[in-house]
Amino acid sequence: MQVRTLFFAAYRDTVGTTALELDLPEGATVGDLVVHLRRRGAPFDRLPEAPAVALNRTLVRGDAALAAGDEVAFLPPVAGG
Amino acid sequence: MSAPAERSEDALPRAAIVSSPIDPAAVLARVGHRSDGAVLLFLGTVRDHADGRPVSGMAYEAYETMAADVLQAIAEDAAARLGTPRVAVVHRVGELAIGEVSVAIGVSSPHRDRAYDASRYVIEEIKRRLPVWKHEHFVGGDARWVEGEPLVPVGEGAARRAGGIR
Repeated sequence: MQVRTLFFAAYRDTVGTTALELDLPEGATVGDLVVHLRRRGAPFDRLPEAPAVALNRTLVRGDAALAAGDEVAFLPPVAGG
Repeated sequence: MSAPAERSEDALPRAAIVSSPIDPAAVLARVGHRSDGAVLLFLGTVRDHADGRPVSGMAYEAYETMAADVLQAIAEDAAARLGTPRVAVVHRVGELAIGEVSVAIGVSSPHRDRAYDASRYVIEEIKRRLPVWKHEHFVGGDARWVEGEPLVPVGEGAARRAGGIR
C-alpha cells in the first residue's frame, strides 16, 4: 500500500526532501514505517529512532496502524510562538 | 472596540494560521463584551537577539493543516477555562523581520484572573503542541532551527516522562 510521508523543518533538512511516497506491506504500523525508512540508509538513518509522528494530522504512537493513502508526518520538536 | 455587544459570537473561539502580517487591533476587536470587565491582548514578537548574538530575522514554518486544527483545539480549551467563548488567536508563518508580530492572542471575560489564565494557557500550549518551527537568522549570515519541545501524543506525557514509552 502507498502512504505519503512528510518532513518538516530540521527533519526536511536532514533527509533533503519535503515529501516521499512509500510502498509498505498491508498491516504495517507507524513504527514499521520508521524502521523501513531508516533502513534505506543515509540520509534517512539520521532520523531519530522514535520521532514524533502525526498520522493524518493527529499525533500517534508507533503502534498505530497504517492504511493506503495515509499522510504520515515526521515532526521535530516544536517551537511556535 | 466599537459596539462589541452587537457583534456575533458565532465564530468564537477562533484560531487561524496566516502568512500575511497580523493586525493586533483586528484580533482585539474579536473579543470584548458588555459583560466583560477584562480584555487582554498578548503579542509575541521577533526579538533581535538570541543567546547573546544579534538576530536579523526569523522564518516560521508550520504543518499548516494540522496546525490549524491544533490551534483551534487550544482556543477551545482556553475558552472552556475562561468561561466565555471570547478567545481569538492568530499565528503567522513565513519570513518575519525584527519586531514583527508572530502570534496575537485576544481574550475577554468578566474578571481579570480568568483572562490572564486563559491568555497564558494559549501561549504555553502553542509552545507545547503547535506544529510550528522557527529558523533563526543571525546577523552575519548563519541560521539555525530553534530548539523546541518534543511532541507527545495525548495521554502519553506522564508515561514518557517516567521513561515508560519509547
